[in-house]
Amino acid sequence: MTDEEIKKIQFGLDSFGDIPVDENGKLFTHPEAIRQVVKEAVLADKLGIDVIALGEHHRPDFSISSPETVLAGIATVTKDIKLASGVTVLSSDDPVRVFERFSTLDALSNGRAQVILGRGSFTESFPLFGYEMTDYETLFEEKIELFSKLLKEEPVTWEGTMRAPLVDADVFPKTESGHLQTMVGVGGSPQSVVRAAHYGFPLMLAIIGGSPDRFVPYIDLYKRAAKEFGTEAHPVGMHSPGFIADTDKEARDIAWPAHKANFDRIGKTRGWTPMKRDHFIDEVEHGSLYIGSVETVAQKIAKAIKTLKVERFDLVYGGGPMAASARLKMVQLYGEKVIPRVREILAEK
Amino acid sequence: MSNTIKKIGIIGAGKVSIVLAQLAIKAGYNVLISGSGDPQKIALTISVLVPGAKALTSAEVAKRSDVIILAIPLGRYKELPKEELSGKLVIDAMNYWWEIDGDRPDLTGSDISSSEAVQGFLTGSRVVKAFNHVGYHDLHNETRPEGAPDRKGVAIAGDTSDDTKIVAEIVNALGFDPLVIGNLAEGRKLQPGGAVFGAHVNAETLKQMIDNFVIIE
Repeated sequence: MTDEEIKKIQFGLDSFGDIPVDENGKLFTHPEAIRQVVKEAVLADKLGIDVIALGEHHRPDFSISSPETVLAGIATVTKDIKLASGVTVLSSDDPVRVFERFSTLDALSNGRAQVILGRGSFTESFPLFGYEMTDYETLFEEKIELFSKLLKEEPVTWEGTMRAPLVDADVFPKTESGHLQTMVGVGGSPQSVVRAAHYGFPLMLAIIGGSPDRFVPYIDLYKRAAKEFGTEAHPVGMHSPGFIADTDKEARDIAWPAHKANFDRIGKTRGWTPMKRDHFIDEVEHGSLYIGSVETVAQKIAKAIKTLKVERFDLVYGGGPMAASARLKMVQLYGEKVIPRVREILAEK
Repeated sequence: MSNTIKKIGIIGAGKVSIVLAQLAIKAGYNVLISGSGDPQKIALTISVLVPGAKALTSAEVAKRSDVIILAIPLGRYKELPKEELSGKLVIDAMNYWWEIDGDRPDLTGSDISSSEAVQGFLTGSRVVKAFNHVGYHDLHNETRPEGAPDRKGVAIAGDTSDDTKIVAEIVNALGFDPLVIGNLAEGRKLQPGGAVFGAHVNAETLKQMIDNFVIIE
């Protein structure tokens, strides 16, 4: 890759506010877990990491249900890092409110806010906010349409079936740039890829299992669909889970129990059989778990960037009940060592 | 590729359907696929993600295929083209997923195999359960040629050996070791909460996990 291309690549950290444990293995409270994420974001900002993305959940094993509130806190104690949601479950939210909250975040952070819209793979928010699962498709379809209109920052007239109509509604605050950065997060549903292209939104791929090359045709689909709709095909980004420590062994030893606990707890509600260690190792070696030493993780990230030609890579960190100190050290290693090393590898002929 | 089956139909155009369509094309089958409604809606997607497959309506897919794989959200199984599927061998790759399907007592409970519910609706078809217990990224990543030491297993449940044999040939052609576990009712061991749901193991381990599984009534 050329220097110019490498310079363009952005690196991010993504979290759902998983509950860490202290040195004695005791779980943090939700407030402590939220403050831990702020601490990690401050460190990430100091290290020059490009973006932090926080996703929403509405269940006890994750502390973040309101990403933009946490991001607002981060905004006031950081300087450069971009502040993203990952994702905002638009289907069970109100597009007008989403715009208001993120344009407020954009003001607090001097233009660093990013909304990543998605349908989410968890759906606890539906009964919580009074939405029907049977409206899953229609809710997202209608709300993304309304949101794309709101982004023009002009009075909106709109009508749908899932929300009261708007007539010449003007929504505030306006952003300074006149453009609230917005992307669509997609987990592999082809319809979602086409939808992102239809609205001309940049695409963030959530690649949480299997080898990333599976997504090469999806990026092609995004570009071909944008061409068909006459919209702009933006650079594509990806996010995948991982963990970094001094050695491969240490990284696996720390990540495995946390990952398994996370997977099995979610799996219980979905009827999965418990995760086996060799499945985990398979994902580490050939799939989408970026777990290991600085060199191992850097090589794997560089390979994914080259294979998919993405311009953004976000590492989802701290999955499961992991020691807060190990998480903080991981952020340090990612910013200080892994990212520069990835750039180095990409520059190699 | 199977000697008797040339044309595989896939009803559904989501994540699982796309992967199965890609594997079937790679194995040399003719592949027909449908989303919900107008095939034009998925034409571009199919041409990019599964070159060689043909997008049609669900009714046309059912009518024109030798074997049809079902991969729509399970909760909507009553929207399947019952008449056109009549007389056909149908592979049920669907699962109850409460987050999508909502509360459906007709499809849940440890004494019910969801494929039996599907069979109960598709009265004129022969339903065999397969492919449902493997995650779609594992389906994509884990295909191996016959005899490969690290080949993974795919379990099959169906009522007649003629039908499970045909499905076993397809499973084999797509890159997995088939493991016939018994009749359609046994399929409950393959669904969410069952012995091997989400399992990503070879056929031998798969068999052990199923044999050792105790259903909690």
